[in-house]
Amino acid sequence: MLEVKSLTRRFGSLMAVDHLSFQVEPGTVLGFLGPNGAGKSTTMKMLTGFLAPSGGTAAVFGHDICTDALAARRKMGYLPEGAPLYGELSVSRFLRFVAEARGFRGDEVGRRVGEVIERLSLEEVLGQTIETLSKGFKRRVGLAQAILHDPPVLILDEPTDGLDPNQKHEVRRLIREMAPRKIIVVSTHILEEVDALCSRAMIIARGRLLADDSPAGLLARSRYHNAVTLVMDDLEQAASRLGELPESREVEVRRGRLTVFPASRGNLFEAVMGVVQQEGWQVEQMQLEAGRLDEVFRSITGQEAA
Amino acid sequence: MGNTGVVLKRELASYFATPVAYVFIVIYLIMSAAFTFYLGSFYEREIADLEPFFTFHPWLYLFLVPAIGMRLWAEERKSGTVELLLTLPITPTEAVLGKFLAAWLFIGLALFLTFPIWITVNILGDPDNGVILAAYLGSWLMAGGFLAISACMSALTRNQVVAFIISVVVCFLFLLSGLPMVLDVFRGWLPQPLVDAIANLSFLVHFSSISRGVIDLRDLIYFVLVIGFWLMANRIVLELKKAD
Repeated sequence: MLEVKSLTRRFGSLMAVDHLSFQVEPGTVLGFLGPNGAGKSTTMKMLTGFLAPSGGTAAVFGHDICTDALAARRKMGYLPEGAPLYGELSVSRFLRFVAEARGFRGDEVGRRVGEVIERLSLEEVLGQTIETLSKGFKRRVGLAQAILHDPPVLILDEPTDGLDPNQKHEVRRLIREMAPRKIIVVSTHILEEVDALCSRAMIIARGRLLADDSPAGLLARSRYHNAVTLVMDDLEQAASRLGELPESREVEVRRGRLTVFPASRGNLFEAVMGVVQQEGWQVEQMQLEAGRLDEVFRSITGQEAA
Repeated sequence: MGNTGVVLKRELASYFATPVAYVFIVIYLIMSAAFTFYLGSFYEREIADLEPFFTFHPWLYLFLVPAIGMRLWAEERKSGTVELLLTLPITPTEAVLGKFLAAWLFIGLALFLTFPIWITVNILGDPDNGVILAAYLGSWLMAGGFLAISACMSALTRNQVVAFIISVVVCFLFLLSGLPMVLDVFRGWLPQPLVDAIANLSFLVHFSSISRGVIDLRDLIYFVLVIGFWLMANRIVLELKKAD
């Protein structure tokens, strides 16, 4: 279990992380969401022992990150932002170094390195110097060093940042594969990632925790949650007709699309459906919205800025 | 301390994976030979010893050791690998020590590769090999002093050029503090014991006695203390600056 207790970090007068507290159980992929400079990376740096907290602490399966730092670090794998690596070394030499630093000796070094090489399909670049690798391979090497000792806690700072869509997909697949047995903390500012990857999401801005929910829970906070969007010809007439429905709260016409927002009672989708059939409208598209994360994100972090 | 060796091995692997090692060794050997034969008049003196060889080591190290030391931390901070290194279960002390020892061993290797000059002097005459061995030891210890200073300066900045320049300046001060031109400045207004203390900080003073074959425990302790002091300073600076 990862237990964060009132974790705080100041840089001069700036509060980078402001009394952050939360707990994570195994089997969770926790997404850290927040604008740039929100304190996501700083939090991760403190958890992994790179930065000392100005106040508060955290415990990784009972090992305090301040008083029992080495034991806590042994339980964690960490991919720092940008996945820094020793570029002049070959992939296998680098992974052997990490294995030895993780305390493996003798045959165990080769066995561990062999395992992650297979897991991340690094066979073809084994002897290659890291700086000559493509971005996708570099990121895979970064992930390989993080999971080499099969840690129960993985801290990944923007693991898919700067990758192409295929590579992103690949990294997400890997994370999902490991998810059931581990605590995985992922930071991102890519919102689609939260939906694709996380079982729990925390929105952080200015070092403070603003929301802590499941992705579905966050979506439910959107004003678009359960709204119905239509694409059809005569939008104006439809707007006035649909605005009269008791199930609708508000109607919005934007960029050739009409969105009806639900009032708190009744089933809006069925009601709209009924009107469409009754009036015999030619509808090109009709869609029930799950909610828009970017809108939730903006409204939560925007309130903060105001 | 188990991970000191792991860090040391990785560092050495990096030296030889890049041209750094080869360039350094070749330049070091050429320069030390050039100093010995041209400036030191090795042949013309017609004395079978290596004094002309060792005399120039402090000046050679003044530039070459900071060139090795400047990358130790500055490069790690620039590339961000310092975050990787210090979040592994390695203590900062192990990291500082491992890096220092790797660079020190590497300089030792370069020093060892000057052995042809020792063979030469043994063919040409009958030198006191005990004195030569002592001088080699002294030279290596002095290089360690320069290196510890450079390592600490390297932790101050993420810019290797800045690290190099500051290292050369600080090393220069330590080197010169025993020379009359520096001491004369202080002699006028500082009490004699303090002037002696400044003179005693000088690498030159301690190295010159070892290089003459006089192994005085105090000179050895001096270099060990210098190395220890700067490595501790390195650890503190690293802690303060690593996240900047």
